[in-house]
Amino acid sequence: MSDVSTSPTAEKELTPVPLKPLGKVLAVTSGKGGVGKTFISANLAAALAKRGQKVLVLDADLGLANLDVVLNLYPKITLHDVFTGKAKLEEAIVRAPGGFSVLLAGSGMVEYSRLTPNVRDDFLHIISGLLPHYDIVLLDTGAGISDVVLFAVSLASEVLVVATPEPTSLTDAYATIKVLVGEQQRRIIRMVVNQTARMGDGRAITTQLQQVLDRFVVAKPGEKVRLIHMGDIPVDPSVRQAVMRRQLLMTSMPGCPAALAISQLAGKLEDMLITRPQ
Amino acid sequence: MRKRQSDDVSGKAKSGMTMQACCEYQAKFEPVRLEFSTLGIVVNSKSAPLMVDLRQLQLDDARALLGHASHQLPSVEIGATSYLQALIDKLCELSLKDPLTGLSNRRFFQNVLGREIEVVARSGEPALLLMLDIDFFKKVNDSYGHPAGDAVLQAVAKTLSACVRPMDTVARFGGEEFVIILPSCQSSYGFQVAERIRAAVSAMIVTVAPGVTIRVTISIGGAYAPRWVRSTAELWVDRADIELYRAKSEGRNRVCIEPQPILAVSAEEKHLLFGPLSMDDPGWIESMVGDGSVGSSGSLMKRVN
Repeated sequence: MSDVSTSPTAEKELTPVPLKPLGKVLAVTSGKGGVGKTFISANLAAALAKRGQKVLVLDADLGLANLDVVLNLYPKITLHDVFTGKAKLEEAIVRAPGGFSVLLAGSGMVEYSRLTPNVRDDFLHIISGLLPHYDIVLLDTGAGISDVVLFAVSLASEVLVVATPEPTSLTDAYATIKVLVGEQQRRIIRMVVNQTARMGDGRAITTQLQQVLDRFVVAKPGEKVRLIHMGDIPVDPSVRQAVMRRQLLMTSMPGCPAALAISQLAGKLEDMLITRPQ
Repeated sequence: MRKRQSDDVSGKAKSGMTMQACCEYQAKFEPVRLEFSTLGIVVNSKSAPLMVDLRQLQLDDARALLGHASHQLPSVEIGATSYLQALIDKLCELSLKDPLTGLSNRRFFQNVLGREIEVVARSGEPALLLMLDIDFFKKVNDSYGHPAGDAVLQAVAKTLSACVRPMDTVARFGGEEFVIILPSCQSSYGFQVAERIRAAVSAMIVTVAPGVTIRVTISIGGAYAPRWVRSTAELWVDRADIELYRAKSEGRNRVCIEPQPILAVSAEEKHLLFGPLSMDDPGWIESMVGDGSVGSSGSLMKRVN
């Protein structure tokens, strides 16, 4: 008495299509603040731009943004004006000295430091609006593991965790990775270790983190969480100089060891995000 | 499959009804035109749910279904349109409720679950799914008979309903398995809620026959919906089911909730983070080899420490 083929297809509604993380979006995050996240984001963008990529860096640290400070840019129109409807998205995009575009959060974004459905939707709209116009979108997220940070990271197809060899930074990076695995079911997380003293230190740190993950962070049976070491950025006095002068390392001192390391990192990331089929 | 009928009720009545019913029908009702585009109902039969296309449903089928589910048929005094409407309402109810316990059925549960997981993905409000299973239910059936089993299912259903908020959905998942969806349930309270339910069921005294009372216990497994990211309802059920399995294997009459990701790093983890490296450097740890940055590893942490 029944005819399944002509019956209403209510069953189909039960399997929603999972929202795929957006391609070509790289989130740069870290547990601890002050490990060079924004510095790396900005210089990485410059290095990618040098390689011919059209890059935009979005200041996703909505509550406590400081990409403007790093780049010494204080535009009149910011993401805040886009969120509040005072300006169009195009108007808020600024050209940074390194040959890439930036979207700065601006002051007054404290109200966005908590993730509400509205903030979430605004954010999603902005990023999906940007995507068609850029080869790579870098999300410079805030420190810590707040809702906003986690949400920003959830939009990215790849996540790069920045750590330094400092014990506190390692602990916080580990905590962040744990949350990304637990809350977002991430299985591959990329690492960059900043301010390393010797060659190979970064790789050792990543291996050590991997070892602890293997012990304490179980994904699902048969699924392994993998940290991929993307590179080290060595301790380099030029970095401090560039930061204090509020210049990009890639333009002011492109030959220094840290700049070379960032170039190398950019090459790997370009390979990963652009060349490799999605 | 029946041959396609016209949507005209008079036509249906003639072909599908007994002669007596047909006469009765014609005496009471004016022919009325009904339009069902994509309306269907689901009937839980013993084997599997059957999807009945309402376009092909005949009046006596509907009556038989309702009669089978011991639903009262609407009075024919109310007029043709109201009669059919009442019949459809009853069938819809039948398709969403578990007849034995009066709880929502699995189908209704699936719909709520699918919606809830979307709500959590957007709002970030924590939502908990509990899967509950009566311990050693087969023993009840075997020792006291199936009517006793039914009485236990009904009593458990009643207790479950009494333990939750109006916004929660309690459903019979099948057999002696129940599910509860708890929207807006903070992760710190999830265990308490489940534990309260477990305690309430274990405190229950069920009269299965005059003078015969028994007690039952339940095992509960729970999992929170992933927040801010879209997932699937199936995955959510799987995760809760894994916890239920854990509760069973840990001795039953207990609650196991999937641990929420813990932000804190334990002392043991810290110890290992800064301890000696016991793992060989895996080759894959670096995305590409031969880029010059590959170096020795293993000695750093001691130095950091």
